[in-house]
Amino acid sequence: MFTIVLYVLAIVLLTISFLRDKKKTKMALKKAWKSFENILPQFLSILVIIGILLALLSPETISKLIGQQSGWIGMLIASLIGSITLIPGFVAFPLASALLKNGAGFMQIAVFISTLMMVGIITLPIEMKYLGNKATILRNALAFVFSFIVAIAIRAAL
Amino acid sequence: MIELIKRYKVFTILLAVNFVILVTYPSIGQKSFGITWNNTIEMLSVIPPIFILLGLLDVWVERETMIKLMGEKSGFVGITLAFFLGSAAAGPLYASFPVAGVLLKKGSKFSNVLIFIGAWSTTKIPMLLFEASSMGWKFMMTRFVINIPGIMLIAYITEKLLSEREKQYIYDNAGSAK
Repeated sequence: MFTIVLYVLAIVLLTISFLRDKKKTKMALKKAWKSFENILPQFLSILVIIGILLALLSPETISKLIGQQSGWIGMLIASLIGSITLIPGFVAFPLASALLKNGAGFMQIAVFISTLMMVGIITLPIEMKYLGNKATILRNALAFVFSFIVAIAIRAAL
Repeated sequence: MIELIKRYKVFTILLAVNFVILVTYPSIGQKSFGITWNNTIEMLSVIPPIFILLGLLDVWVERETMIKLMGEKSGFVGITLAFFLGSAAAGPLYASFPVAGVLLKKGSKFSNVLIFIGAWSTTKIPMLLFEASSMGWKFMMTRFVINIPGIMLIAYITEKLLSEREKQYIYDNAGSAK
């Protein structure tokens, strides 16, 4: 649904751009294609890695790993799985709520979701290409630590 | 041609690995191809508008305008805009990096670009609604409320820990990208 909004926005702006300046619009499309083509090899590689990884680490396996472990060890496992895997939100949230029903704690789930969204070990090479090595590692490391703070906050709130 | 082969080398190797898995462990290999295919379709369906908007941004928004809006002295406006742009996005986090590259090229403050990435990763509006429906409003709101200062903190600490030279290098790199 939201993607449609983005499409509409892109089409409307593209039309306005075209009516005002054809040459510039052509340049914009060229740049769009170039930036995409520029990063395409990495995108494709990551898609294959995610495929292999998720085939090995199925939701059932993840739920076994996170669901039965509790406490800090459970959180650590959850954070590592979250940092490595890359699951789209519409799969991740139902998985998380299923994990809760299977006995995982709120803190483990919070850490899992936070690292899943903010920390991307597989995508490090892409991030480094734009932000450089140091900033990328710092951002991911800080996000990793922050995920535990989120878990503590969730425990306090729920 | 050789350039092309070189660029897609890693991807080709990974595909080959996947084929080996398919032959040796058919069920895992099939599953893996299935997941890759679904994710590729998903990526291709959400990515075109993002890159078109990126191209339009690159061509139409003057560097001076961007510096005023999100640059070194943009203050509250810059932070708000970074949050808004990131939250209004769709698609996986790795799609945000090329956009971040253009924002850097146009002279956005480094911490604002990191806030943009942070917002894209966790405060995307459609994702928040989805989170609320499967995890409950309290879970979502708690995370949302702590994520806002968290994203800013991560951005500021990261920027603080980079030297001027390191930052300059990142900006030069973004500026030279095609």
